[in-house]
Amino acid sequence: MAKIRNDYESSWWPRLIGWISGGSDELDRDLEKTLEEGEEAAAPEGDHHEDYHFTERISAAEKATYDRLFAWSRNRGAKLVRWFYRIASVLICVSIIALLVVTAASLPPFGDPSNPANNEVSQRYIEQGMQETGAVNIVAGMILDYRAFDTLGESNVLFIAACSVLILLRVPGNKSGAPTPEQLEAEADDRMYEPKNDMILQHQAALLVPLVLIYGIYVIMNGHISPGGGFSGGAIMGAGLILYLNAFGFKKTGRFFRYGTFKTISCMALSFYALSKAYSFFTGANHLPSIITPGTPGMLFSAGLIPYLNIAVGLVVCCTMYAFYTLFRKGDM
Amino acid sequence: MIHQLWQSIPFACILLPLVSAAVCSVLKPAAARRFCLSIITVVTGLSVYLTAQFALGAESYTYMMGHYSAPWGNEIRAGMLEAVTALFFSVVMALSMLGGLKKIGEHIEEHQRSLYCVVLLLMTSALMAQVFTNDIFTSYVFLEIMTLGACAMIVSRKRGRTLLAATRYMIMNLIGSGLFLLGIILLYDLTGHLLMENLQTSVAAIHASGEYALPLTVVIALMTIGLGIKSALFPFHTWVSDAYSFTTPTSSAVISSLVCKGYIFLLLKIYYRVFGLDVVLSTGIFDILLVFGVVGMIMGSLSAIRQNDIRRMIAFSSVAQIGYIYMGIGLGTAEGMMAAMFHVFSHALCKAMLFLSAGGLADASGNSKKFRDLRGAGFRAPVAGVAFTIGALSMVGFPFLGGFSSKLNFALAGMSAGGTPSLLVIVALTISTALNTLYFLRTVVTLYRKPAEDVSYPAEKGRRGFCFGLSLVIFSVLNIAMGLFSQPIINAITAGLATFS
Repeated sequence: MAKIRNDYESSWWPRLIGWISGGSDELDRDLEKTLEEGEEAAAPEGDHHEDYHFTERISAAEKATYDRLFAWSRNRGAKLVRWFYRIASVLICVSIIALLVVTAASLPPFGDPSNPANNEVSQRYIEQGMQETGAVNIVAGMILDYRAFDTLGESNVLFIAACSVLILLRVPGNKSGAPTPEQLEAEADDRMYEPKNDMILQHQAALLVPLVLIYGIYVIMNGHISPGGGFSGGAIMGAGLILYLNAFGFKKTGRFFRYGTFKTISCMALSFYALSKAYSFFTGANHLPSIITPGTPGMLFSAGLIPYLNIAVGLVVCCTMYAFYTLFRKGDM
Repeated sequence: MIHQLWQSIPFACILLPLVSAAVCSVLKPAAARRFCLSIITVVTGLSVYLTAQFALGAESYTYMMGHYSAPWGNEIRAGMLEAVTALFFSVVMALSMLGGLKKIGEHIEEHQRSLYCVVLLLMTSALMAQVFTNDIFTSYVFLEIMTLGACAMIVSRKRGRTLLAATRYMIMNLIGSGLFLLGIILLYDLTGHLLMENLQTSVAAIHASGEYALPLTVVIALMTIGLGIKSALFPFHTWVSDAYSFTTPTSSAVISSLVCKGYIFLLLKIYYRVFGLDVVLSTGIFDILLVFGVVGMIMGSLSAIRQNDIRRMIAFSSVAQIGYIYMGIGLGTAEGMMAAMFHVFSHALCKAMLFLSAGGLADASGNSKKFRDLRGAGFRAPVAGVAFTIGALSMVGFPFLGGFSSKLNFALAGMSAGGTPSLLVIVALTISTALNTLYFLRTVVTLYRKPAEDVSYPAEKGRRGFCFGLSLVIFSVLNIAMGLFSQPIINAITAGLATFS
């Protein structure tokens, strides 16, 4: 005689049917409710009743089992898992470190002139770099002329990073110019950091900011003559702008640097960079005559496109640094 | 070497989206959307032309990026395989954007839509650079763009879970990038080159001399694991489910079917063009990939069965499909590589379509992705329902569809491999196909069932639109074409791989 079951609901056949038709059994639903926090499907009001009935229905024995399992997973089990993870991660890290140390030890010795890395590639960069690119600073010649494609990609890495932060953090304003509630909230959060007319800071900034900016411009403009270039000079200029902002507040910087300024400058600099390099790649690959000449090494406007590219990169880096700072502070410029 | 004008197409495919990305950032959202879509369409057209040229018998060639020849300057390379891959990637990119336009409008705030288009354009450019590059450091630079772009695409929809997903994605992917970069650094120290041809000669010399055997093995392992993490190979797949299931459908489609596949293509390129298959075979890394791939196929499907949310199910199913691809690579034979490459294409077409149609089905079911709410969704959103069914059948391996051809290829490659791998592949294919059938057909059955009585669906906001339908119809046609006319594609891949090394 077949066993009579009164828990037909939980036997495997109805559960399979339920699963095929979209998992509608109540236990599933309740589990989902707890898991799907932040889901868009706004929970209908009636569901709380169901929850209530569900907790009513389970028997005392079942409740005890659940409680025991819950307690185990919260205390003992969680602890065991945590320990397991700690030990495993330490073991994995130590073994990777050991492997890498052994690998590094069996690499070619450091500084040996016969190393594979000292081959014809670096030789030509060092020996003919100045004549071919017109840049006294070999590094500038390498990154902006020999391997300009990589650097073009690199400046777009910065651009996409700026775009990601803008997507993530920017609090939009109204078309009419009136502040939106989110903007007001962000401003209120930011009030703590806004300077309260700090005399010492303002005097120091008045002295330092022009120097910092001029130094940044110097580093960018001389990028092909002395160590430096767009990336480092742009970072210096960005730091100068951030100092100015910290001393005098958003009211003052807003007069000359807003979101629109940022967009225009980075768009113009990047499209100039990409277009001029596209021209140079295209003429180079097809062996067409190019209007770009190395010029006299050592002059301010020499070395072909390098000084202009340095200016473009410097502007992008400067704007990106400043934009990161303002966006992390109050989500707008 | 004097180039003909069509040989500048790879250069145009990379530079055109790059320039337009900068321009796109100052446009108004609507204009930016149209501009972005048309640029991607132009790229698609260009790659069709390039593929046609190679199909007509053109030789593969290298193209100098600048005035300096290869080891000093940068260089890109185009051949049959690159052209076909660029074609597939740009088609999927264009269709994913077209199909998700309405959801982009719904999910992304207005002032961010033009930035989203910028990200899409930069992503296209980075993918094309990844496909055409002949220099291992260039590939790293554009790999960074892809990583950051994917994060931006995940967070573009502002929700608690997408933030968590993006954080997770970023941590895992940066570990992957870090390992890959470490591999490049060690390799440069061993060989002194970054250009793929020179690397291959130096690596062959090092391998023959037997010196530096350990560092070489470590380099291969680091690059494989780095790119494996980034392309969701089985034990490193934990970022997949959240990253794919909460963001806007276009982002899921692009990340799952293009970004991951771009990394896999890069890995294949590195195996073929940097190390050479023999060197990689001698390190035994293929056996590990085979095992990871097989385990991934089964575990991914098992996880997919347990989901009660359609997007998460598709996400876990793509873990299983990535497992197929790595299984093909892990065979280490030419047939295996060909099957893997074919599956890259068929899965890219199929997965993007599944994500887009799942978005449409959820739209018709009160914006819920749960199976219990999706009952009868196939009747409420007919185009999306049919497209999903075609995609599901293709995933399962129904004849006349792309998935069938790739499973057939895998089976043939497994048979010809011989020995234990052969057995492993056949058994894994059988089990995994059965599991695939279980969860995909269950979903299709759910879509065409009568809805539960107590559920009512709120009226949909706005029409689903012509673009959505058009994109799904094209996707379905392409999937069927992929199954019916698989032989030309297989021939193209085989020819491309033959000239790849």
